[in-house]
This record gives sequence, structure tokens and C-alpha cells, in this order.
Amino acid sequence: MSQKHLQSIHVSHYKHTAGCATEVMPIPDVVKISMSQHIGAPCQPLVKKGDYVKVGQKIGDTEAFVSAPIHSSVSGTVKAIEEQRSAAGGMDTLVVIETDKNQEIFEEVKAPEAKDLPEFVKAIKESGLVGLGGASFPTHIKFNPKNIDDVHTLIVNAAECEPFITSDHRLMLEDAEDLIYGCQLVMKYIGLDEGYIGIEENKMDAIEHLDQLLKSKGITNIKTFKLQARYPKGAERVLVYEITGKTMNAGVLPADLGIILSNVTTIAFVGSYFRTGMPLISKRITIDGDAVNEPKNIIAPIGTMITDIVEFCGGYKAEPKKILMGGPMMGRAIFSDELPIVKNNNAILAFTGPQALVPEETACINCGRCHYACPFKLIPTALADAYERRDAQALSDLAVMQCMNCGSCSYVCPARRPLGFINTLGKVVLKEAGIK
Amino acid sequence: MEKKIYNNLIVSASPHLVTAMDTQKTMLMVILALIPSLVVSTFVFGVSSLILTAVCVAASMFFEWAWNKLLKKRQTVMDFSAALTGLLIAYNVPSELPLWIAIVGCFVGVVVIKQLFGGIGKNIVNPAITARIVLFISFATEMTTWPVPRMVSDATSSATPLGILAETGTTALPNNMQMFLGFIGGSMGEVSSIALLVGGLFLIWKKIISPIIPACFIGTVFVFAFVYYMATGSGEALEMAVFHVLAGGVMLGAFFMATDYVTTPILPLGRVIFGVGCGLITMLIRLYGQYPEGVSFSILIMNCLTPLIDAYCQKRMYGGAKHEK
Repeated sequence: MSQKHLQSIHVSHYKHTAGCATEVMPIPDVVKISMSQHIGAPCQPLVKKGDYVKVGQKIGDTEAFVSAPIHSSVSGTVKAIEEQRSAAGGMDTLVVIETDKNQEIFEEVKAPEAKDLPEFVKAIKESGLVGLGGASFPTHIKFNPKNIDDVHTLIVNAAECEPFITSDHRLMLEDAEDLIYGCQLVMKYIGLDEGYIGIEENKMDAIEHLDQLLKSKGITNIKTFKLQARYPKGAERVLVYEITGKTMNAGVLPADLGIILSNVTTIAFVGSYFRTGMPLISKRITIDGDAVNEPKNIIAPIGTMITDIVEFCGGYKAEPKKILMGGPMMGRAIFSDELPIVKNNNAILAFTGPQALVPEETACINCGRCHYACPFKLIPTALADAYERRDAQALSDLAVMQCMNCGSCSYVCPARRPLGFINTLGKVVLKEAGIK
Repeated sequence: MEKKIYNNLIVSASPHLVTAMDTQKTMLMVILALIPSLVVSTFVFGVSSLILTAVCVAASMFFEWAWNKLLKKRQTVMDFSAALTGLLIAYNVPSELPLWIAIVGCFVGVVVIKQLFGGIGKNIVNPAITARIVLFISFATEMTTWPVPRMVSDATSSATPLGILAETGTTALPNNMQMFLGFIGGSMGEVSSIALLVGGLFLIWKKIISPIIPACFIGTVFVFAFVYYMATGSGEALEMAVFHVLAGGVMLGAFFMATDYVTTPILPLGRVIFGVGCGLITMLIRLYGQYPEGVSFSILIMNCLTPLIDAYCQKRMYGGAKHEK
């Protein structure tokens, strides 16, 4: 079987922390837990100033369907409910908890039992699980597709194609049991026949480890799938194509193609949740970048301030000029290090050197590298021209909505044009013009 | 100890990484790929080649610098695109062309063709090619006074192989090995096919240029010539097909000027159309036209058609409908 590939680019891997075993971070003095850690309606705080909360206790929830509850990651006293500007720029409600460091566990935390899909979905919802690869879409919705009878395949996204980040890699080495158990649970309840764990070939130790474990357990319907170590093999639509050969256009859900696709950390959490009953309260995170003294992989309680995390990693080596939540290709640059980590964080990267600076943009030389880098063969130069003219029809004809903002075009551009970002703006033009 | 908070960080859109290959490095790679030809030409025509090259590069860079200075635009001279234009202009004229004429060419290329249209990336036609055509039409005598290659004792052989072909037919042509090495008359940098081929393959290997345009250009010239001599019987078909590939500016044009990013299509289909078009027009001019050589005109004409080709290919690719794969 010859595997078909979409266009991709080579980006240096910078996986400095691949060999760094995960360290559990000590409980900080204060955590600030955001009420908006998912796509959809933000949660309302269920606690008030002065309340005593325990580990795993629900502290935020909402009636809205597209949402996921929030749990306390520590035991301690609620010091304040405050408003703060979030990394995304909007306002965010934070529950500030002063920790007592006893990590007293909430009484209701116990391993869930589910006898069918609705119960499974309900348990997942109660766990507060969202897509941990970055999109943070509530998982209980994803695990309950409308066409439940048509889905047959589980794809676990363990590509980790973003440079620097190694948290998924470490998870596969350290928590492989949870991952496989999670796969089995999801496949059992949703009724899937086969599962693939897509992993880039720069993580051969993880592939071998999982293969061995699957073999020793006699599991044959879950397989690892070796992906090229190129960017962006971990993008949902690219991954689906690489593994199944099926084309997935923008706006199409994996379920429409019979696929349930989830990030590896999400699936591994399902395994650990059904083992322990502990909701999503901590996260494995890679800390790296040339401004950090001791790059590490850590497990930190959700709500831990970045300042505390950096301090745990030996502090800053030099003044940080740019800090990213997530990887350098699609991650978000944040304006301050006084922000708490949220569920979908998988890396904090702090840069001080040239990587922190925004390169000066020069004129397009029409070299076409952006087109040859795009997994979907879009023409970013033409799209940028159309955007400059605010020509919604041309943007639509050139399929701007197919862009997933992977940033490959911007990466290869010799003139340093922010082509991927221009596509994002192009989508706004399209939306304003009312063209689908 | 008081914890210091950094809340004035740089915020920008992702990605936060870029490749090391920028415009300047791209231009330098192309310049590097042109050096072998300069070495051979210096060997064939003498030191005048080096002087001509130095003057053209310096003049082009000066015009670029002075224009930006005069108009208070951002200085672009260090992207080396003007240096590359100067280098290509030198390659496209006889090595003993009076230097002031060469400088006029550089002015036309850099200021008239490139800067007046908006500078790098905005010119519609290739500056070096157009400069050559302007000089060719304006200074017809000087531009066709070919210096004698040093390894040719017979002074009458100073004409270019295509000139000989047009004047006296296929009997007095240099052999294909001489043509391949570059021991023939012609413009300064176009004579040595092997040196240009080495440079061109280097650029393809380094992924600076796509092989589509050179392959289609050269392939079309070869096939056209082969069929023509086959049909007319006026020469040995295979030998003449090779001759046409090696003669004149095909190698220089196909690898270094028909691949100029700014003035050529980006989509694969567009590049095929462009390359084949260049080959066809070149051969039509060579075999049926007034001039012995047609590479410059072919590239100029195809440059002008590039926006049309791009529009056609985009439409074919997406059809204005939902994009499949």
C-alpha cells in the first residue's frame, strides 16, 4: 500500500525536551482558574469568596450545551472571583484560590461507571474534558456524533508536529497504559471497529513502546501509524488524509467520514478518568525556549501562573521578549506572563533572542513557495492580493475558507509576509460579505 | 524576593518561526549559480568579461540605491535583486560592449523596468531581458559586434553560431562539443552551456527554482528543431536539435531568466504553458523570423502573458467552486 501525502514542509524539530521525564510541579501558593477554558459558553462560578474547595470539586458550570464544567485543581480557600484580560484578549472570570497544600480530595471523586453510550458521554461531560490538542472543543459532544451508526474508526492524534513541544511524546512513554485503556473505552462505547494512533517518525521510541504494549495485551484492533516527521501532519484534516486517504474539506467533521478523531492527551485522560475518577485538573506541559533556564516537561495544576512555572524551571535566563502558549507554528503569543495555564495548554515557550522578534516584511517576489507549502494547495499570494482588494468573491473562489491557518505559507515566505494571518483576515471579509 | 512580571511582551500572529531562506539569500544563491559561467566566459573572452560584469553589477546597485534614496523609499539594494539584474545584463551583451552602453542598459533594467513599476516584485517583465532588447534595438551595431573567442584562430568565426546558421546555413557551424563547452562567439555569459547547466541544476537541487520551466523550454526547443530538420531535410535532425538547445541564450534563458519568480507563473500548469511558449516562440523566431535569435523576445512575450496564464490556471484549479483536495 503506497501512502499518499499532502504537501508539507520541513521545520526544524527543536525537540530539546524529548528526553526530559515529566516532573510534578509542587502546588503553588495561589492558582487562578479560568471560567472559560473551552470553545462555547463560559462557565459561571459555583463558589464564592471565602469558600473552602477541595481537589476535583466542581467550581464552574453552565447550562449551555457547548461547554464543559471546571473543577478545582487544589484544596484551599477561594480568595476572590476576579476579572482579568485573557490571553485571547477578551475578559475572563478567574476563581482565585489560596492553596493549603494538603491536596484534600473531594468526596464525590470516584471512578465512574457507564453501561452504555449516554452514560459514557455524561461521565465525560462531568470530567470537564475538552479537546486538549489546542481547539478545546468539549469532548462529550465529539463523542456523541449525530450519525453514531456510521462511525467506525478512532484516530488518535499523537503527531505532535509543532516544534519544541514534547508533552505528548512524554505522555506516550509514561502513560501508555492510560492511552490504550482510553482508546479501548472510546471504541467500546461509541462502537468503533478499529483505532489508529498517528505518531510522527521522530518519536520511534514511543511507537515501539506502544507497539510492544499493544502486543503484550493481545490488542489487534488498535495500531500505531507512522507519519512523516513534517509539518503539519498533526492538523486534523491532514491526519485524516494521511491515515485513511479520505479528503476532508473545511466544514466537514471527521464523524461525517466515519471517524472519531481526538488528541492523544484527550484519549489518555479518558483512560485515567475511568481509572481514578479525578476530573481534568492538571496538565502535562513542555517549558522551553531560549529565555528559560531549565527547559522541562512538567505536570502542573490547572490555574498555575506562568510566573510560578517559570520559577520552577529555574527562572528566566534573560528578559523574555515573547512568550507563547502552544507551539511556535500555531501557538498564541501572550502579552504577559501573569496568566494562568488552562486545560488546552501543552507548552509555554519563552524567547528572548531573534526568535522573539517579528521579522520585517518585504515585497512579494512571487516565488510560489507558499503555494507549494500549503497542504491544500491554496495560493496564498493570490489570496493576499484578493484580501488587499477586499474582494470577497475572489477570496471565495480561491477557497480561503479551506485555510486552517497552519502557518506553513508564512513560514516559507522569503519576504516574511504574514500570509496565514492574512487568510484569517480574508475569512472575516468573506463573513462580512455574507458569502459562504 | 519580589517576582518580576513581564507584561509588555511582543504579541504577533502565528507562526513565530520562519525559514532562514529569505529574499536576499535566494538572490545570492542565483548569483552563486551564475559564477561558473562567468569563469568560463573570462577564459573565452578575457578580462573584459570581468570588467563588464563588475560595471553592470555596480551600476545596477547604484541605480537601485539612488532611486530609493531619491524617492525616500525603503532601501532595497541589499536584497541583491539589483545586483542579480546587473549580472544578467552583463551576461546578455557582448563582452566588449562599450561600458557606457552597458550602463544605459542597467538604467533601463533597474529604473525603467523595475522601479517605475513599483520595485522588486512589481515589475511585469524581466528587467535584464528587457534591458537587452532595448539595447539590441537602440545600439544594433555595438550589440552584434561579437568578440573573437580566444581559442578560435580564424578571425571570421567571431559571429555567433546562430548568426552563422542564418547567414550560411548548417555547413560552417561549430561542432556541438565546442558549443557545449562555450568556445564560441556570443553574448558574454550565454556561451558555455555546461557552466549554465551546472548552475541551473544547483538551483534545482537547492529548490530555488522548479525544473518545470527549464525542462519545458529546452524540451520544446529540442522537439521543434528535431521535427523541423526532419521535415525539411536541411540538416541532420538530432545534431541540429542539440545545436539549437546549446546555441544562443536557451540555457541562460531557460535556467536563469524564464525562472525569474516575479515575471513567471507559480502554478505547475502555468509553468508548463510558460516554458512551452518560450520554446515555441524562440524557435519560430530562429527559423522563420528576421532575427537569428529569439530567446529574449520569447521570454518578454511570455512575461506579458503571465497574468493571463495565472488567471487561467487559478480558474482551472478552483473553478470558482468548492475546492476539492
